[in-house]
Amino acid sequence: MIAAADLSPAYDLIVIGGGPAGLAAASLAARAGLSTVLFDENPGVGGQIYRGITSTPVKNGTVLGEDYWAGAALASEAKASGASIVNGATVWTLDPSLAVGISIAGKARLVQAGRVIIATGALERPFPIPGWTLPGVMTAGAAQTTLKAQGLVPSGRTVLAGCGPLLWLLAAQLLRAGVKIEAMLETSSRRNWLRALPHLPDFLLSPYWRKGLGLMREVKAAVPVIPVQKLAATGAGKLKEVVYVSGGSERRLLADLLLLHHGVVPNVNLAMAAGAAHRWNERQLCFVPELDDDFGSSVPGIAIAGDGAGIAGGTAAAERGRIAAIAAVRALKPEASVPAPQVVRQKLAREEMGRAFLDVIYRPSDSFRRPEGDTIVCRCEEVTAQQVRATADMGCEGPNQMKAFLRSGMGPCQGRLCGLTVTELIAEQRRVSPAEVGYYRLRPPVKPITLAELASLPIGEAERKAVER
Amino acid sequence: MFKRLHDTPTVTIKVNGQTVRARSGDTVAAALLAAGIDHCRTTPVTGAPRAPYCLMGVCFDCLVTIDGIGNRQGCLVPVREGMEVATQVGKREAGR
Amino acid sequence: MAASEYDVVVVGGGLVGAATAWGLAREGCRVALLDEGDRAVRASRGNFALVWVQSKGLGLAAYAGWTIRSSEAWAGFAGLLKDETGLDVCFQRPGGFHLALSEKELEARANVLKRLHNQPGIVDYKTEILDHSQVAKMLPDIGPEVVGASYCSLDGHVNSLRLFRTLHQAIHARGVAYLPSHRVDDIRREGGTFRLFTPQGEVRAGRVALAAGNANMRLAPMVGLEAPMKPERGQIVVTERLRPFLNYPVVTLRQTDEGTVMIGDSKEEGTDPARLTLGVAATEAERAVRQFPLLANVNVVRTWSAIRVMTGDGFPIYDESETHPGAFVLCCHSGVTLAANHALTVAPMIARGALDKSLVAPFSARRFHVQEAA
Repeated sequence: MIAAADLSPAYDLIVIGGGPAGLAAASLAARAGLSTVLFDENPGVGGQIYRGITSTPVKNGTVLGEDYWAGAALASEAKASGASIVNGATVWTLDPSLAVGISIAGKARLVQAGRVIIATGALERPFPIPGWTLPGVMTAGAAQTTLKAQGLVPSGRTVLAGCGPLLWLLAAQLLRAGVKIEAMLETSSRRNWLRALPHLPDFLLSPYWRKGLGLMREVKAAVPVIPVQKLAATGAGKLKEVVYVSGGSERRLLADLLLLHHGVVPNVNLAMAAGAAHRWNERQLCFVPELDDDFGSSVPGIAIAGDGAGIAGGTAAAERGRIAAIAAVRALKPEASVPAPQVVRQKLAREEMGRAFLDVIYRPSDSFRRPEGDTIVCRCEEVTAQQVRATADMGCEGPNQMKAFLRSGMGPCQGRLCGLTVTELIAEQRRVSPAEVGYYRLRPPVKPITLAELASLPIGEAERKAVER
Repeated sequence: MFKRLHDTPTVTIKVNGQTVRARSGDTVAAALLAAGIDHCRTTPVTGAPRAPYCLMGVCFDCLVTIDGIGNRQGCLVPVREGMEVATQVGKREAGR
Repeated sequence: MAASEYDVVVVGGGLVGAATAWGLAREGCRVALLDEGDRAVRASRGNFALVWVQSKGLGLAAYAGWTIRSSEAWAGFAGLLKDETGLDVCFQRPGGFHLALSEKELEARANVLKRLHNQPGIVDYKTEILDHSQVAKMLPDIGPEVVGASYCSLDGHVNSLRLFRTLHQAIHARGVAYLPSHRVDDIRREGGTFRLFTPQGEVRAGRVALAAGNANMRLAPMVGLEAPMKPERGQIVVTERLRPFLNYPVVTLRQTDEGTVMIGDSKEEGTDPARLTLGVAATEAERAVRQFPLLANVNVVRTWSAIRVMTGDGFPIYDESETHPGAFVLCCHSGVTLAANHALTVAPMIARGALDKSLVAPFSARRFHVQEAA
């Protein structure tokens, strides 16, 4: 394990995140001769999609499927490339001057980059239903993560709910691992089909549809798939029942585990705190960074690759990482040989084809994104939908004033699990677009560090005088 | 809630003083889930029980005390032989 | 010309503006409160929440008296707000500390206090210099490097974000027209009516009170007033919620009722609230750990920087216009400490149409010209 003190003071390229985008970017850059370090906060590389790729105890290849095992090549290429790969390393700040703040085993350090590629990927969209904070309610991604990394599978009565490709994939993986799934509660609206039709031709040309249909067939053969319009988790201190409305009538399912999923959205915290401009994407219902053709952000020297650049999936993420890395090599070492970018761009275009169809067909309904009443919106500070709505009605126009008034977004998760919901609730109350409402202003540290770590950083004379008077 | 596909625990940790068998490669959060511990903390706001939610470092619901240091993200810390884990009640105590 | 829709329009929706608007509404005025939007440069979202007396007034003795007046009124003010909204802003006045980490710092502190209290006309209040063991009796968790402190029993603190919310909830309940995203571009006085022009249209009122923080510098000349400002950047570090360990506010470190610890009090030049100077945050953290070593492994969950509302000499400005009768300006750094005065003393003056010179004459901006002449 590499300690903070072992790091060089500076690298040509710092890659943040060890998923497909980060691994591909680090490999390409290191092989082109850039001094490259990849920081990843998890115990091993792979990101979420290839979680545990070098260490998974799940040796039966069919459980996780061939798309998962494709990650092994990326990981071994990165290892062989000469890039330093540092796991257990949390990046907590990224300055516009490209100083990267890192924390490893409780020790903080600032490391200077010539270029930075943020490859922090995605997280699951908030799924604020009544009872979603109860023990026994988790994200589908969480169940998939622990299946991949630790070989853990649900053991009691298990219900899946939501929509999106990952939910079908997880269901299939759990079934292959011998798990019984009580039901899959499908939240996507039938009306999405009509809106998605214009995107169907592209989708049929993409690799998704054949895989998707296969997964759906596999799951439907073993699990009741029930369309639902309302959803709640109930129980005293832990999940006892999943309550849902299907076709106008309310039903209850006894459950030990409810796995929620409404697609994934870019993990914007580090990029926004670094000052990268973002805009609202109405089709993906999230904020995405403003990027040039090389995935360069509005902050010079910082690129954002992978799903953090807008959701496109794991294989597209690797191509995006390569494009960003090629740009970094060209900027820092123009004489080095790199793959032809147009070839990579063509691959990327093929991978991104069909995404629009998935975005539209699996667009979560308004009622699942814009909760009401006592439903908790901010899990950390336990702020409810009703409080946010009432405060917006009082004239509170945006998430930053909301944060000051209600503390939503002020807890340790720093808005990751409430930001989009708060923006959308304010937008609904004000009858304006989320684009107009905007997002939380984010600042370092984007992940907590201790006071002692902060205190250990270099302090200049003027900086000391700004405090000691 | 969870069971192991391959029952190969190799590491012993303590959770609230009780011995729990874990697998090398587990995170603390995964070890708690595999051991059937139904919540890892109560919130500092209302005292509601919480358990791991995202297992990928973003939700901060799996906060536990590890080797005497409170509010650590259990899903990011690998288990180690002899590690002492404690579930949390409400706010953390300064100095712990 | 159409009749004014409002008796008074207050410009600025921060703590000074909201407290003034609430005070005016209590006096029975029809009030509009014009504010900027969500990303406004807003000191009220970034302050340190002290209701602070010690060391106020060096250079302007009347400021000490004005501060004590608000400090004394604060408990009643908090009670009125609680009656109206049900919200507790958690005002506490246990006395407060200014910790010194070296003999040199303690000596400098003692000198400031000596000069302050030697001023002619200063109100008599007690600030003590305590040594390490005296401080440790009240703050048992201080580190060995704390050589001593100044302590004043009049000091206190409040939950200032809840105060901000509570004032807004209270003015909403009292029917004040809160108009966000109404940045004022121009103000004209015609036929006894003030016309305020904003991108969202015009707002008219019989009187206008400018409480727009550093933006008063731009607005005051529109109504024949002046507000020389010297904005300053400050940064604050905030920890996760902890069980109560600190029963008194320290001028650079306090535990909120929610349990978080706020660490701060930096001063830098600059007007960009989005910037964070890491070395400044590091200095704050380093001093905090020396003051309270048990905080060393506590997690920092947030930092922020904000722009202090600072007048040219650091003291408040309260003025009324001679050329534009009915126009008032309020500027001050201590929007929390002085909130009770703004709501319960200044607002009624504006409602009556004239400032009470016996209370606020020393705070006229004319003092800047007197100094120039001298």
